[in-house]
Amino acid sequence: MKYLADWIVVENTPLNVRYCLLRLRLNQELPEMQPGQFVQAKIENSPSTFLRRPISIHYVHRDKREIGLLVQIVGNGTQKLASLTVGEKLNLIYPIGKGFSIPKPDKTKQTLLLIGGGVGIAPLLFLGQTLKQQGFIPEFLLGARTRNDLLCLDDFAAVGAVYITTEDGSIGEKGFVSNHSVLSNTKADFIYTCGPKPMMMAVARYAKRHNIPCEVSLENTMACGIGACLCCVEKTVDGNTCVCTEGPVFNINELLWQI
Amino acid sequence: MADLTVKIGQLTLKNPVLTASGTFGYGLEYADFFDLSEIGGIVVKGTTLHPREGNAYPRMAETPAGMLNAVGLQNKGVDYFVSHIYPAIKEINTCMIVNVSGSTIDDYVACAARINDLEKIPAIELNISCPNVKQGGMAFGTDCASAAAVVKAVRQVYNKTLIVKLSPNVTDITKIAQAVETEGADAVSLINTLLGMAVNTETRKPVLSTITGGLSGACIKPVALRMVYQTAKAVKIPVIGMGGISCAKDAIEFIIAGATAIQIGTYNFIDPTISVKVAEGINEYLERHGFSSVQELTASLQV
Ligand SMILES: Cc1cc2nc3c(=O)[nH]c(=O)nc-3n(C[C@H](O)[C@H](O)[C@H](O)COP(=O)(O)OP(=O)(O)OC[C@H]3O[C@@H](n4cnc5c(N)ncnc54)[C@H](O)[C@@H]3O)c2cc1C
Ligand SMILES: Cc1cc2nc3c(=O)[nH]c(=O)nc-3n(C[C@H](O)[C@H](O)[C@H](O)COP(=O)(O)O)c2cc1C
Ligand code: FES
Repeated sequence: MKYLADWIVVENTPLNVRYCLLRLRLNQELPEMQPGQFVQAKIENSPSTFLRRPISIHYVHRDKREIGLLVQIVGNGTQKLASLTVGEKLNLIYPIGKGFSIPKPDKTKQTLLLIGGGVGIAPLLFLGQTLKQQGFIPEFLLGARTRNDLLCLDDFAAVGAVYITTEDGSIGEKGFVSNHSVLSNTKADFIYTCGPKPMMMAVARYAKRHNIPCEVSLENTMACGIGACLCCVEKTVDGNTCVCTEGPVFNINELLWQI
Repeated sequence: MADLTVKIGQLTLKNPVLTASGTFGYGLEYADFFDLSEIGGIVVKGTTLHPREGNAYPRMAETPAGMLNAVGLQNKGVDYFVSHIYPAIKEINTCMIVNVSGSTIDDYVACAARINDLEKIPAIELNISCPNVKQGGMAFGTDCASAAAVVKAVRQVYNKTLIVKLSPNVTDITKIAQAVETEGADAVSLINTLLGMAVNTETRKPVLSTITGGLSGACIKPVALRMVYQTAKAVKIPVIGMGGISCAKDAIEFIIAGATAIQIGTYNFIDPTISVKVAEGINEYLERHGFSSVQELTASLQV
């Protein structure tokens, strides 16, 4: 079931010049939401922004009827989201898509590695929190360009161990997530990843080579977000498949990536 | 409450608001948001005789006040529609219309004939105007003789309401409208998307995999309105107007210009409930201006 409603902005914190964290409240019970699912946000008063913007659910505070959105400002639509003020409304279609799969309850001893880069870390916090609540021990491997581009570290650290890479080496190991030593020191039982496509492909390649099951979250450009327009398709083993309804999360075995 | 019913061929729609093909899925995608029986009709996805994979990604580029698409008629074919989709949509309590596409006249005929047998599908919309596939029908819709030929052939196997959807990518749309009217079309619907393109300046590559695509949304409204106005004057059959409708006022403009009914396409993506809002808005307008029925408003332009 999908819903359409106005949410109230209860907080909008700039994290640095390119990122902000929006906290939104609904005046009714939240529906069931899965990590990896996203919302379609209606952008008001931005003449160059015609369509809604897909944004991942960053966290859910069910008791307060709140969700968080982590937004990277890349153009006018996300700029509008960043300039929302407390008390303003934001119209969302929610929750959308199929999220990450949660392992069977008897697998709590497994090593689950959540690998994120850039704004792709957004859904991984919700995923990590959900896994932890269900008795799993998630670990994060987060990559960024510089120390200043690493966001919400405290939130991640509160959920599990955090490994870091930066391209300039200003914090953590220098390089890309796919080169981090944790990948050679331990063999994860399951990898979840979200971030820029080259990063996800490198992670998928690593997972495939080491025979580790791996799920990726795609960011294909979308129009409707609800399976009506067929604009967002990814070629999979089943042919052209809607990312907004069958994804955004896919197992790498379903994709036709050359890895 | 004003009388919102309109007649299109043998159909009586409960109100003049339909949703446009390719933008409303099979209707079910929107069922979470409102009661589908409140709108006049739903035109489902383009359906072809054989399954089609559609074009490669990327298929979409946003433009100021609109979007380009290059979906390319992705669908699982008419047999799948009949066996898997029809059973799920036949209980929707509004007029369900199937948009039929093809690459050859025989394809159109075979597809239309299959759908003729479906009790709860009272009409088809013949898409002779898809700009996104090589033999995607637009070839039929841009030439009077071919448009006439495909309508003539389909008319022989299809005895319910036959709507023909016209391409705006022509010099004179009224000539095509007259050609299909002569061959027995019950109504024309217009406009399909306008051929356009977008370039990524960073990579110097086209944004769409197909280089060109179909433009829709608010930015095409003035062109669509002009074509609806011209076509309504040129034919006797009802005209169903569409192109950029985003609110009741837009819809009312099309009706005043000559449309008997209207379709809403791209704006469903922005407000999934826009179609009911437009239906309500038309009623309010009629009451405010003292019309007892929407039919009185059609082609009431004061020139
Ligand atoms: C399922 C899904 C979940 C997402 N989750 C988040 C999230 O949690 N936080 C977040 O900040 N963003 C997220 N995104 C990306 C976000 O939707 C886009 O960044 C946003 O639509 C850009 O809008 P804009 O108007 O600001 O920029 P535009 O003016 O539309 O684009 C500016 C630039 O960004 C690029 N761009 C636009 N859309 C995308 C995209 N989907 N992927 C990569 N580059 C893009 C364009 O090519 C252009 O160069 C998600 C996307 C998807 C599909
Ligand atoms: C993503 C998308 C897919 C479409 N697919 C079809 C189609 O399969 N058949 C068809 O006749 N028109 C199709 N159209 C055209 C619309 O039905 C409509 O004619 C056009 O978008 C103009 O109306 P609008 O501006 O309200 O969207 C499509 C449009 C869009 C945006
Ligand atoms: S964005 Fe329309 S089908 Fe996925």
